[in-house]
Amino acid sequence: MPSLPPIRPEDEVRARERRGTGAFDAPAADEPDLSLFEYALRLGDDSLILGQRLAEWTGHAPSVEVDLSLANMALDLVGQATHFLNYAGAVEGRGRDGDQLAFHRDVLDFRNCLLVEQPNGDFAQTMARQFLFSTWQKMLFDHLTRSKDEMVAAVAAKAVKEVSYHEELSAEWVIRLGDGTEESRQRMQDGFDWNWRFVPELFDMDELAREAAMRGIGADLTILRDVYHAKVRSVVEEATLVLPSDQRPILGGRRGHHSEHLGHLLCVMQFLPRTYPDATW
Amino acid sequence: MVAAAVDHGAENRAAGGRQSEAIWAVLEAVPDPEIPVVSVVDLGIVREVDAQSGRVVLTPTYTGCPATLVIENMVRGALDEAGFVDVRIETTLSPPWTTDWISDVGKRKLRDYGIAPPRGRGERSVECPQCGSAETQEISRFGSTPCKALWRCCSCAEPFDLFKCH
Ligand SMILES: [Zn+2]
Repeated sequence: MPSLPPIRPEDEVRARERRGTGAFDAPAADEPDLSLFEYALRLGDDSLILGQRLAEWTGHAPSVEVDLSLANMALDLVGQATHFLNYAGAVEGRGRDGDQLAFHRDVLDFRNCLLVEQPNGDFAQTMARQFLFSTWQKMLFDHLTRSKDEMVAAVAAKAVKEVSYHEELSAEWVIRLGDGTEESRQRMQDGFDWNWRFVPELFDMDELAREAAMRGIGADLTILRDVYHAKVRSVVEEATLVLPSDQRPILGGRRGHHSEHLGHLLCVMQFLPRTYPDATW
Repeated sequence: MVAAAVDHGAENRAAGGRQSEAIWAVLEAVPDPEIPVVSVVDLGIVREVDAQSGRVVLTPTYTGCPATLVIENMVRGALDEAGFVDVRIETTLSPPWTTDWISDVGKRKLRDYGIAPPRGRGERSVECPQCGSAETQEISRFGSTPCKALWRCCSCAEPFDLFKCH
């Protein structure tokens, strides 16, 4: 019976250096790009959660035209989310697709900003939130059309035209209600008062955002901030409203620290696929 | 963004051979599920037909267009029925679809159907597809589908859909 050659120390060194190349090793898997995964997740979750929020209005809006507008904006946003989350799943390489990421993650794993999960309130509060978000998203997507990541650039280019509609429409409502009756003005002011403290998070450059910007995948949000504030201020002034004074910024959404509201939203959104895991269309 | 408006679908078609022409003809008979008077070719959804490598490239109109999957299934069915079972369907996002890719035939069909076609670049007024009057106004930026806005004619008082510029 032939005996196997002894393993010498130099063999061990060589094996360590050339890991994964031996005949009995599994082929070396490409390390997934986890920062890109996380970045795509942020983009996808922002769109998904706001899309779900807007869809809550279906059948309840002040008029049928507004109902259609809100439902269509929701559709645009869920469409963006589908692209970004499918992509995130592909980058992660663990076999999760967009549906799995949307319906089978728990609240702590969501990476959306806090603004999008804020409750709808009345129509004015919803429009204030939409205006603050869409103005930001439009600038971001404009920037991302030049992303070095082809997929991020393609989705941004596809979505940016839709987002400019969202921005225009919500700006029109901010002005119409703000510069309207005493009551509509008060309600719009309340909408801004509620949502304004979640704006600083949109521009927060944490480690991941900095890395994404440095690699040319994401945007450097700090350079967008002044233009954003100028845009918001001009609409708010035309609406005869007052921007709330700067409060202590509330952060955490990007790290999974969410408000109570998101859990309730997910309960509704995830109910069906969690209760009937095999359900298909 | 003038460069993006170049219709590579039309360019590609002109360059194809007889087999490609046959596939284009099949696709021309596939109606858009939401506006069945126009075909997926009229709308500019078909970006490329490559008979040699056996593929058809489609692009979605809107990011969240629920018809995207339906269109793919309908194209699949039409190709299979015509014997092109080996032709693959691929989807591309880039360059993004624009209403500039709707053919002139498509625009005429839309108008005849009662939908005002998208305005050309720099065109401000919208003509009522019923009576042709330019005295029209927007009722709602979003109509029955994401691609349409709701308008009203001040001359004949009819409401109508406008295919939005995109
Ligand atoms: Zn008319």
